[in-house]
Amino acid sequence: MAETVLEIDALEAGYGEVQVLWGLSLKARRGELTAIVGANGAGKTTTLRAIAGTIAPWRGRVRFENEDVTHLPTHLKAERGFALVPEGRQLFSSMSVAENLELGAFTRRAAKSYTERLERIFALFPRLKERQRQLAGTLSGGEQQMVAIARGLMSDPDILIIDELSLGLAPVVVYQLLATLKQLKEQGLTILLVEQNVHLALALSDYAYVVAEGKIFTEGLPKELAAKPEIRKAYLGL
Amino acid sequence: MTTDGTAILELDRVSKRFGGLQAVNNLSFTMKPGEILGLIGPNGAGKSTLFNLINGVFAPNTGKIVFNGIDITGERPFVVARHGLARTHQIVQPLTNMTVLENCTVGACFGRENLPLYRARDIAREAVQLTGLDDRSDTLALHLTIAGKKRLELARSLAAQPKLLLLDEVLAGLNPTEVEHMIGVIRKIRDSGVTILIIEHLMQAIMSLSDRIVVLNYGQKLAEGLPAEVARDAAVIEAYLGDPKLAAELEGQA
Repeated sequence: MAETVLEIDALEAGYGEVQVLWGLSLKARRGELTAIVGANGAGKTTTLRAIAGTIAPWRGRVRFENEDVTHLPTHLKAERGFALVPEGRQLFSSMSVAENLELGAFTRRAAKSYTERLERIFALFPRLKERQRQLAGTLSGGEQQMVAIARGLMSDPDILIIDELSLGLAPVVVYQLLATLKQLKEQGLTILLVEQNVHLALALSDYAYVVAEGKIFTEGLPKELAAKPEIRKAYLGL
Repeated sequence: MTTDGTAILELDRVSKRFGGLQAVNNLSFTMKPGEILGLIGPNGAGKSTLFNLINGVFAPNTGKIVFNGIDITGERPFVVARHGLARTHQIVQPLTNMTVLENCTVGACFGRENLPLYRARDIAREAVQLTGLDDRSDTLALHLTIAGKKRLELARSLAAQPKLLLLDEVLAGLNPTEVEHMIGVIRKIRDSGVTILIIEHLMQAIMSLSDRIVVLNYGQKLAEGLPAEVARDAAVIEAYLGDPKLAAELEGQA
C-alpha cells in the first residue's frame, strides 16, 4: 500500500457558532484517488475547506508529507503543493481561460516551470488550448470544470482536492474528466475527491470514506463498501 | 384527495414557482393529530419553501392548504399563528436584546391566543422550563450559545401554544449530547398533544423521531411512508446516492 501523503486527525470545524465537523479523521495515499461521499450537510465541503485552509480548523490536526500544516495559511499550503478545485468552479468568469490558468500558477513553486506546465495541461485538455482566449464565463459547464481542474494543476500540486466533480455535468463530460484524472494519478498525483454520486465515487476511487453528521461513518475499499448496507444507513439513517 | 375530517393539516395539490424554478410541485399530503411527520429530501428539494407556504410567508400559486378544518391558503403569517400554527427558523431569529423569558413572552402574546402580558409570562415560563432554559431565563438572547439559541427558537414557538409546530432543522449544529436532549424535548412536546412537522438533516434522529416520513425531491413527493419503508425505497435511495447508471456505464467502458 502506498505511503500516506495527507493525514487528518480528529478534525473539528464550523462556521460562526455552528460546529459542522465533530472529530473527522482520514488519510490520502500517494498516487491514489481517495473519495469522500456523504449526504447534504454531512460536512464534506467543510472538510475540504479545513484541509485547504480556507476555513480555520477549531481542533484536530492536518499533516501533509509528515509536517503539521494545520494552521499554515492557505497561500503557504499552495506552496507546499495543495490545490483545491472548489465546488461550483469559482472561475474568474470575465477573464480568459489563459488568464485563469495563469492565476493558478501564482505561487513561487509554480512560476518556475510555467510554460512547460501550461503545454502539459493543454495536452491534457486540448479543448482549453483551442479556447484559451475565450472568457471563462462563456464556456459550457464541462469546459468550466476543465478550467477549474487545469487551474488547480497549474499550481504544480502534489495533492489535488476536488469538491464535486460531476455535479451538473453531462455524462460524456464526466467520462472525459475521469479519464484525465486517471492519467494524472498514474503520473503520481494524489487526489482527494468529494463526489455526490456514490456509485461514481466507488467506481473510480482506490479508497472511500462515508461521512455522516460531521464524522466518518464508515470507510473501506470501494468494492467492500458497495456491498454493505452502511452507506444507505449513513444517508438515510436506517 | 379525500377528506375524512380527522386531518389536522391537509395539503391539496400545492405548487409554488419562483421565476423559472418550480420549488414545490403539485404536492399533497395530510397529517393526523398528534403525529410527528418527518420531511426529508436533498438540498433544494423544497422543504423550507413548503414551511413558508404553510405558515403564510409565501402564498402558493395553486392548491389548497387546510389547517384544522380552516382554509388558510394565502393567509398572512400572523393570521396563521392565531389559528394555532407555530414554526422555528433554520437560521435562528432571536430578539437579541431581550431576555430568554421576554422572547418567549412575545411568542405567547402573538400566538394562538391574544394574551395579556401577565398570562403570557406564565405560558412563556412553561415553555422555558420544558426546553431546559430555566437557568438562563433572564439571560439576553445574544449571550446564549448556539445550542441555547436553538432551544430558545423552539421555546418561543412553543409559547405560542400551537396545535401544529413546524420545526426547521432544530438539531443542526448541536453536539451529540445536545441533540439527545433536544430529541427528548421534541418527544415531550408531542406527548403534550402538539402535532409536529419536522425538517432535519440528521437522518438517524429524524428517522427515529418520526412516525411517518414524506420525501421531497425537486418539489415533488418522491415517497411517503414509515421510516423503514422509505429508507428501502429504490427511488429514495437513488435520490440520495445518485444515479447508478453513470458508474455502470463507466465500468462498461473500462
